Formats: sequence, structure tokens, C-alpha cells
Amino acid sequence: MIENRPFLNILTHLVMILGIVMIAFPIWITFVAASHDPIRMTQVPLPLLPGDQFFTNMKNTLFGRGLSGTEIAPVWLMMLNSLVMALSIAIGKIVISLLSAFAIVYFRFPFRMGFFWLIFITLMLPVEVRILPTFQVVADLGLLNSYTGLSLPLIASATATFMFRQVFLTIPDEMLESARIDGAGPMRFFWDILIPLSRTNIAALFVILFIYGWNQYLWPLLITTDTSMTTIVMSIKQMLESAEQSPEWNIIMMTALLAMLPPILVVVFMQKLFVKGLTETDK
Amino acid sequence: MLKRVHYSPSLLPYLLVAPQVAITLVFFIWPASQALYQSFLIEDAFGLSTEFVWFENFIALFKDPIYVETFWRTAYFSLAVAGLSMGLALVLAAFADRVVRGATFYRTLLIWPYAIAPVLAGALWVFMFNPTLGIVAYALDALGIEWNHKLNGSQAMLLVIMAAAWKQVAYNFLFFLAAMQSIPKSVIEAAAIDGAGPVKRFWTIIFPLITPTTFFLLVVNMVYAFFDTFGIIHAVTQGGPANATTILVYKVYNDGFVGLDLGSSAAQSVILMAIVIALTVVQFRFIEKRVEY
Repeated sequence: MIENRPFLNILTHLVMILGIVMIAFPIWITFVAASHDPIRMTQVPLPLLPGDQFFTNMKNTLFGRGLSGTEIAPVWLMMLNSLVMALSIAIGKIVISLLSAFAIVYFRFPFRMGFFWLIFITLMLPVEVRILPTFQVVADLGLLNSYTGLSLPLIASATATFMFRQVFLTIPDEMLESARIDGAGPMRFFWDILIPLSRTNIAALFVILFIYGWNQYLWPLLITTDTSMTTIVMSIKQMLESAEQSPEWNIIMMTALLAMLPPILVVVFMQKLFVKGLTETDK
Repeated sequence: MLKRVHYSPSLLPYLLVAPQVAITLVFFIWPASQALYQSFLIEDAFGLSTEFVWFENFIALFKDPIYVETFWRTAYFSLAVAGLSMGLALVLAAFADRVVRGATFYRTLLIWPYAIAPVLAGALWVFMFNPTLGIVAYALDALGIEWNHKLNGSQAMLLVIMAAAWKQVAYNFLFFLAAMQSIPKSVIEAAAIDGAGPVKRFWTIIFPLITPTTFFLLVVNMVYAFFDTFGIIHAVTQGGPANATTILVYKVYNDGFVGLDLGSSAAQSVILMAIVIALTVVQFRFIEKRVEY
């Protein structure tokens, strides 16, 4: 605070509250819709205050038969699929990026820069621009409708490799010298010194990558035809389509709420790590 | 970038980079080169024979009024999304920068839309604006505005822009706020002593000092609007009505997976790759400037 301006202070809080209302309104409407019975959700105008059916709807959505007239997997299974996909993408990306960043920073070997540029190029090839041929590759490898097919093609990441490279470069050279004097080999140095020193970076990156993995949409949409492999994020689209015939908005919005809950919880409860991860990976 | 103290050549570093290089080759380089190759081919209607046609697919694309229109629509869409979300985020960050008490509380409540998948953001907005049921459509109707994004192309465009911008405000807000908080307090205090009011301080000190962040965010937002908004458009309008919301990424998907026009879809992929590469180069140039600043 530079100077005391009571009017500006009030205005500040007013603008912030207005901003929050604007940002939160769609989520509030979703929550309200998920807490009413189906009949109320067909009467115009729709409610603005929550009803008393929240937990009934949650139970019906998670374990019920889902929407009438559609053949989709139960929601708990879709959430499980999403969780497996998000975790494999996040952990896979972190592991392979740690290893390759270690090799590039700590070893001198022929084609080192060649590998570096090869990894760098992936930055310029998001899945959206190479959809069809990547789909063909995955189909040829027989990976359709599998967790491997869902996660493996998304695992290579230039940003994570860059971030770990940056982290490793800040670690003083004396660390390696003293480790060597004490007789530690490269892998021992990696495990006992590099990994513990980059622990917070790994955690921050994990938060970002978990959200990234959980929210994947186009890739699972192409790769899964079997209903038992669908992820919760992609199921929303099918539900929106079936809403044309049977508008069970309470169930649809409850599914949407469940689909966004895990990443929101991660952001809210690991806010420090999230902000750190966001600002560091995008530099 | 190599450590001064390092290990000498052995087999180990190759084993360490192997997983990432293998995945990159199989799922990135190979498909991308396939796209490049296919973009020079024309396949007959039955898929029996293919012919190498050099740049014919590209020429056909740029002669196609629908494609050119999609191109400009994408430019308009991404500028609108970037402008709207960055403008809102800038205002919120400028005020949040002033908040002494409750700053974390406000930040927490503002950043969570970042965690919501684009397709879910689309679902929320399409529900609010549902022409028969939606609560906002109802309110608009009471004001005498007839809302039907299923028939009205410009309303459909407005809806996807709002949904896409809404999701991105959180990200921009965080970066703007971080940039503003890194400005030394002494600079602002000096201006205040010289008699500059809050508005003047913002435009003559804060805004020029955060320019690098603004440019960085502009590129990031363009990339976001180009590629990550696929889910929003797929959920809200499916590119309709009458192609009013079909952007480049959506057209690649539609022509390739729905229309099965492989050559044209591949050529469109290659054009998109060129755009990403251009944007990445621009981004890295600005980041170098940012380091100097």
C-alpha cells in the first residue's frame, strides 16, 4: 500500500468480488443443477439456489445406470480410467525427462546436442497437429483401447526436460566432485543427490502434468472405442448429445462436477506448488 | 549447458536418453513426417491408388474459399480470446496487486478455472446458454434478446469465445500478478511522492514494466486458442452452425476423421505445424528479451 485512499480500497474489493462472481458463476450453476431432481431441471426458469438432491444424484451418477437410453460405462469406472491415464502421463513424463536431462547435462557423448534438438522439436508438434498419422501408428501397434495407447504417445515432453535441465544446471559442480571423491557412480549420484535436490520441482511439475493428463480430450476420444475405456472428461460430450432426447441435466451436471473435482482440488490444496510449476515450466 | 565437471562417454547416457528418444521418434517424428509425406499425395475415392502431386493439396487449400475463410476466422477467434481473457486478467491483477488483506483468498478463488478441461468449460457454458432451458438465455430473453446459438452463427462464435476466454483468465491473472509484484516498490513509491495517482502510476510505470509478460502471454494465449480450444468447440457447437465456429484444428479433425480426406487433412496439419513453429520461435525470442529485462 502506497497511500491511503479509502474509496479506492472499497473499489478494489468490489472489483475483486465482481471478478470472482463472474469466474465462479458457471461452476455455481453446475453445482445447483447437480443438486436438484430431474423434474425441477426441466422447468423454466432453472433454479439459482441449490436443492436437496445433491447426494442422491451423486450416488446415482457414480453407481447408477447413468443416463437412460445411452450405453456408457459407469462413472466410477470412467473416473478410474481418467486417474490411471493422468497418473501414467504425469509419472511417465517426469521419469523420462529426469533421465534424459541428467544425460544431457552430466555426460559428454557423441550426438548429445542431436538428442537435445530431437527432444526440443516435440515442443512444436502438439498432438492436435499430428492426429491422423499418430492415430495410425498407435493402431498399427495394436494399442487402441488400452492404457498404454492412452498415455504413451503423450509422454514425451520438451518442457519437462528443459525444466529439469535448468534445475540441474543450478546445482553446484562441487556436488559431483565430492560425490566422485566419495566413490559414487553416476546412478548413485542421480538417486542420492540430484533427485532429493529437485524434489520440489518434481512435485510442482507433477501437479501441472496431472491436470494436463486428466484433462486430455481429443486423444482419448480417438483412441477409445470400447465403452469400458472411456475417460470421464470425454464422456461429457456423449452426455450433451443425449441431452437432446432425455435432458437429465442433474445427472449430466453432476458428472461434469465429478470430472472437474480432482484437478480443482489439486489446484486449491497444492496452490503453492501449482503456481511454482506453472511459472517454471512455461519460462 | 554441459557441466564443467561431467562424466566421460560411455553406454550409460545413451540408455538414459533412450526412452524419451524412442517415444519422440515413434509418436512425434514419424507421424509428423508421415503427415508431411501424405500432404504431397492424392488418394482416389476408393483408396486403391495414390499419386504424388507435389504442392497440389496446398494450392487446392488456399484456392478453397472455405479454407481461407476458416483461416481468417481462426485469427479472429484467437485474437478475441486472447484480448478478452488478457484484458479481464489485467484489470483483476491490477486490483489484486493493491489488496493487502485477503490476497491469497482472492487468488485461490480466481485460479481454479485453469484446472477445468476445455470440453467441460464448453459444457458449462452451453448449459447456461441452452436456448430452451439455460438460465442466461432465459435472462436474455427477459431483456428482449433472442438467444439461439444453434441457429445464429455470430452468437455461436460469441459463446465459444466467452467459454474459451473464461478458462484462460486464471492463467493470465497469475502471470500478470506475478509480474506486477516483482516491480520494486520503491519505483512506485517515488512516483506517488511526485504526485502521480494510482491510474497514472498504472499506465506510466506498471504497464510499461510488465510489457515482456504481456507479449509472452499474447503468444501463449494464441497457441491456446489455436489448439486447446478444440474441446470447447466440439462440445458447444461442433463447428456449426454452417461452419460459423469451425477453426483450423477443428477442420483438420473433421476433414481427416469424419470426411476421410487424408491428403487435404495432412496438408492442413502441415500448415498448422508451420504456425506452431512460427509461434514457438516468436515466444523464444521474447523470452530472451525477458531475461535481459
